Amino acid sequence: MAEKQFEPLIIGFTCNWCSYRAADLAGMSRAKYPPNIRLIRLMCSGRMDPEFALKALRSGADGVIITGCHPGECHYLEQNYKALRRYLLLRRTLKQFGIEPERVRLIWASAAEGARLAQELTKAVEEIRALGPLSWHNVVAADGDRPLELQHLEEVAA
Amino acid sequence: MSEERVGVYVCHCGSNIASVVNVEDVAVWAKEELADQGVVVARDYKFMCSSLGQELIQDDIKEHGLTRVVVAACSPHLHEKTFRTACNRAGLNPFLCEMVSVREQVSWVHTDKELATNKAKAMIAGGVERVVHHQPLEPLHVPINPATLVVGGGIAGIQAALEIADSGFPVYLVEREPTIGGHMAQFDKTFPTLDCAACILTPKMVDAGAHPNITLLTWSEVERVDGFVGNFTVTVRKKARYVREDVCTGCGICIEKCPVKVLDQNFEAGLGYRKAVYRPFPQAVPKYPVIDTENCTYFKRGKCKACQIFCPTQPNSIDFEQKDQFIQIQVGNIILATGYDLFDPRRIPQYGYGRLANVFTSLEFERLCNAAGPTNGDIVLRDGVTKPKSVGIIHCVGSRDRRYNNYCSGICCMQSLKFAHLVKERTGADVYNFYIDMRTAYKDYDEFYQKVLEEGVHFVRGRVAEVTDAARKPGEEGKLIIQVEDTFIGKQRRIPVDMVILSAALQPRADANEVAQKFGIACSTKGWFIEKHPKLDPVATMTEGIYVAGCAQGPKDIPSTVAQGAAAAARVLGRIQMQELALEPIRASVIEEKCSGCRICNDMCPFNAIIFHEDRMVTEINPALCQGCGTCVAACPSNAITGTQFSTEQIMAQIEGLLMFNVEGELIREMAYA
Amino acid sequence: MSDKPKLAMYWASSCGGCEIATLNIHEHILDVDAVFDIAFFPCIADFKIKDVQGYPDGYIDVCLFNGAIRTSENEEMAHLLRQKSKVLVAFGSCAYEGCIPALSNLTTREATLNTVYLDNPTIDNPNRIFPQPVTEVPEGTLFLPVFYHTVKSLDQVVKVDYTIPGCPPEPHQIWAVLQAVVTALTQGVPLPPSGVVGASNVAVCEECPRQRNVKKIKRFYRPYEVVPDPDICLLEQGLMCLGIATRGGCGALCPQVGMGCRGCYGAVPGVEDQGAKMVTAIASVMDVGKPGELDEVKLEQEIEAIFDTIPDPAGTFYRFSMAHSILRRTRVNGYDRG
Repeated sequence: MAEKQFEPLIIGFTCNWCSYRAADLAGMSRAKYPPNIRLIRLMCSGRMDPEFALKALRSGADGVIITGCHPGECHYLEQNYKALRRYLLLRRTLKQFGIEPERVRLIWASAAEGARLAQELTKAVEEIRALGPLSWHNVVAADGDRPLELQHLEEVAA
Repeated sequence: MSEERVGVYVCHCGSNIASVVNVEDVAVWAKEELADQGVVVARDYKFMCSSLGQELIQDDIKEHGLTRVVVAACSPHLHEKTFRTACNRAGLNPFLCEMVSVREQVSWVHTDKELATNKAKAMIAGGVERVVHHQPLEPLHVPINPATLVVGGGIAGIQAALEIADSGFPVYLVEREPTIGGHMAQFDKTFPTLDCAACILTPKMVDAGAHPNITLLTWSEVERVDGFVGNFTVTVRKKARYVREDVCTGCGICIEKCPVKVLDQNFEAGLGYRKAVYRPFPQAVPKYPVIDTENCTYFKRGKCKACQIFCPTQPNSIDFEQKDQFIQIQVGNIILATGYDLFDPRRIPQYGYGRLANVFTSLEFERLCNAAGPTNGDIVLRDGVTKPKSVGIIHCVGSRDRRYNNYCSGICCMQSLKFAHLVKERTGADVYNFYIDMRTAYKDYDEFYQKVLEEGVHFVRGRVAEVTDAARKPGEEGKLIIQVEDTFIGKQRRIPVDMVILSAALQPRADANEVAQKFGIACSTKGWFIEKHPKLDPVATMTEGIYVAGCAQGPKDIPSTVAQGAAAAARVLGRIQMQELALEPIRASVIEEKCSGCRICNDMCPFNAIIFHEDRMVTEINPALCQGCGTCVAACPSNAITGTQFSTEQIMAQIEGLLMFNVEGELIREMAYA
Repeated sequence: MSDKPKLAMYWASSCGGCEIATLNIHEHILDVDAVFDIAFFPCIADFKIKDVQGYPDGYIDVCLFNGAIRTSENEEMAHLLRQKSKVLVAFGSCAYEGCIPALSNLTTREATLNTVYLDNPTIDNPNRIFPQPVTEVPEGTLFLPVFYHTVKSLDQVVKVDYTIPGCPPEPHQIWAVLQAVVTALTQGVPLPPSGVVGASNVAVCEECPRQRNVKKIKRFYRPYEVVPDPDICLLEQGLMCLGIATRGGCGALCPQVGMGCRGCYGAVPGVEDQGAKMVTAIASVMDVGKPGELDEVKLEQEIEAIFDTIPDPAGTFYRFSMAHSILRRTRVNGYDRG
């Protein structure tokens, strides 16, 4: 049997007016996408606090997707422009943390783009799958320290 | 361990959810595995939204003393209100209920049952973690200004304005053309009863123009919209007419005396002429003419003034110095009835419009057979004299065509049948209708089709490939040849005719996106305004206090347009009668003792809800102006701004819940470091 | 020793500035001496670890622990002092949230060691000798502390009772805290609830006298590129200032003299990640691109061009709080950081 493929876990943030409704529409039109994505509803992509993305990545997500209305179509007029700027600065910062830009993505989707959202989510899952697990708890546990360290402490204590 | 007592309700939605998600398993799991998170009851039920389902929740709230409720069912956009109301009935604050969309986001989009069930569980865990951080909220009350703004003076806008005005409330009707009336004023007859458009429209126009409760602002455009439901402040640009409305009697002498003839591309669809000072048609409302500065000799060369010289009023009505005026009006609600544009058939070059003289658009044909039109109702070729002996009418020009518009414009079949009947009746010519499918739904429509069939009109099912004047066979010389595959007989046909009418698609207004942005409503990528719900809330928009009517929302015929205008008016009247509106309490607020006065948030709000107090050096948010987007909440580097219902604690908790386990269902939460 | 309360101060991975700041309370040091017996304070008096190991548990009343946990020895001492102290104080930014040492969490242990022992222009190490935790020599086995991969804050290895932020903490704040402890110990007043002490609960801006306006920032400048206006908010002038996202209590000393706040007091209470807050706040007020002005590609390019004027966002926004941030360190063996 072939080895089981890696199933990435992705948290997606949606805005109440466009992308969440696009997800609704994807459902209504039975457009399929992989079950690797779990969505959170915000009122607007402007509510997207970079802390949310960091929290998701630390807590086991392999990727984060921020979605919102297309530029110029924000229900709150221009808040998605702020979301875009925050996203771009966050992505730069995360690059320094060794996190590939592909893991933190921004997708614009209007309420009418259910099928497109499903396609984009599918694409995101496949691309993040190809990057492999993020497993931030392993990153922080810093493999290799612990055994030596314990050995040393034990010997000092002895 | 949570102190809240949470009930979890998993809906089967018949088999919509249950066929993919193992709902019984999910409910059992929630009760057992989410006990630490506060879950004390978890149930699955066939239809949670049914009255029995709602009662189940209500009984549990009372019996088990639930303090929070999570419903895993369809999208909150469908039933959030239902379940909030159910909670409220049982004495639980409606905002202590959270919905998890396991239908739209799980069962309808995933196929692997095990993985879908895992995802549903994770989403419920997210909902449970989130809901314990919910706060009871009370709606915000705002007063409703009884005045209404109607944008667009076509039949939809007129209908809406009259309904509201007749009920005794003030209306501002803004129209960017010199007269109200819209497209309908250009038509000759209306299907299926064939009553004349002017006969049924002009009385309404006159009513609207003379109504004591209607302030007519024609030749005007909305510049700016501020405020919020109940309290909009709208700035209208009243374009200079160069005719004083306070003195002009509408006698029309200026029009008569004006020496400049201009091809009327607008009202006469390029078939007739008007003057440089003009009103689009004799029954225009208001009756005051407009000077077209682009063509007026005085504006071009500084002399002429014939209109002024001959104007009989004292003082003179012609005022060349008039400037655009900006008027501010206060309204509680707004109805957008901005109509449609006609598809430009030049985009389909093979149909020859603009190149072959005797190819007409539907709007041109309306003018051609209108008794008040350029030919006084004679159906003649472009030369103005020759009566056609044969006419081809092509349906779906720019509609149901992937290259232009996928949608069906809805009105073209009936319109084309009407044309066929009129041609037959007035000229006795042979008429050919080229259609893809005949769509004659609604009252008396199909009967009209039957009647036209009986009149001997020919029907060819097939999309026309080409209209050409290149004759190949005897009998084709000097004719327009329609090349089409007749799909009933499976053969290519060439049908020579004298005249071709293109039933062009209805399209969104070219500036629809701009308008949508100005009013803060949603617009499809095409440009149709998006209603709140396609079936259940067809005239409201996502923006409180703004309604849509007529073709601005999508192509439709006159009966539907009028119905929508009236429906929008009814919605607005309902609002006005309420006098006060309860708004969703999703709002941001500043915790003053945490605010350092850094002013990062001060430029975040497009609704001007953020105020900075220089004296105390702190920021405050006006809850009535706040629309709850949360952008300032996310911007604040001190977490000094909180947003109800979408607080940082709620979202963070939801993230943790969603990440309780991985795609395969293995617990991963324990791995996370503190 | 007398029966006066026992005070200890220990440095783990730190620069020694915290000790200097402590001595900077000037004549109050005499009050400290009057109230406390010094039980362990390697910077000012000769003590051995053996001495501490000999104390009974909880013998030390107050231990001021500064420095981050960088090596196994740091961690070992943290455990030891925790065991021997009634009240353990994370003193200064290193102990609180990693501070400058934790910036090395943005790279790998190997890279750090290479820089120090190999790649530095002033190093001559032809045999590529690196410190080894365990070395066998004819006389026996030698031990060196293990150099950890990840720098940690004190509270990530032991329970901490109080935290005094700052790099270093301001002397007046140190004295205020010590005074509170002295009062508690001498007059039997209960100690304040555990948590951060010796700082304000509001961001630095509150203490900053500079004039603030609605913020719209076109680009950033390095400090050498411009002479700032003395009266206007530095951030508004395009000078990076973390005051908006940093706990106050220092008196806004740096911005007052024309240097943007570096962020040494850490995040404002209630904020988990100071760097993330800087990302969101700074990005929010960049003055670029209104709806309909630019197409999406051009818009992104213009925004990126502005962000190019912030050369090291992670290092800037997490200069002091890396160990305490949500992510804590960079990923190794993952993405090539280029």
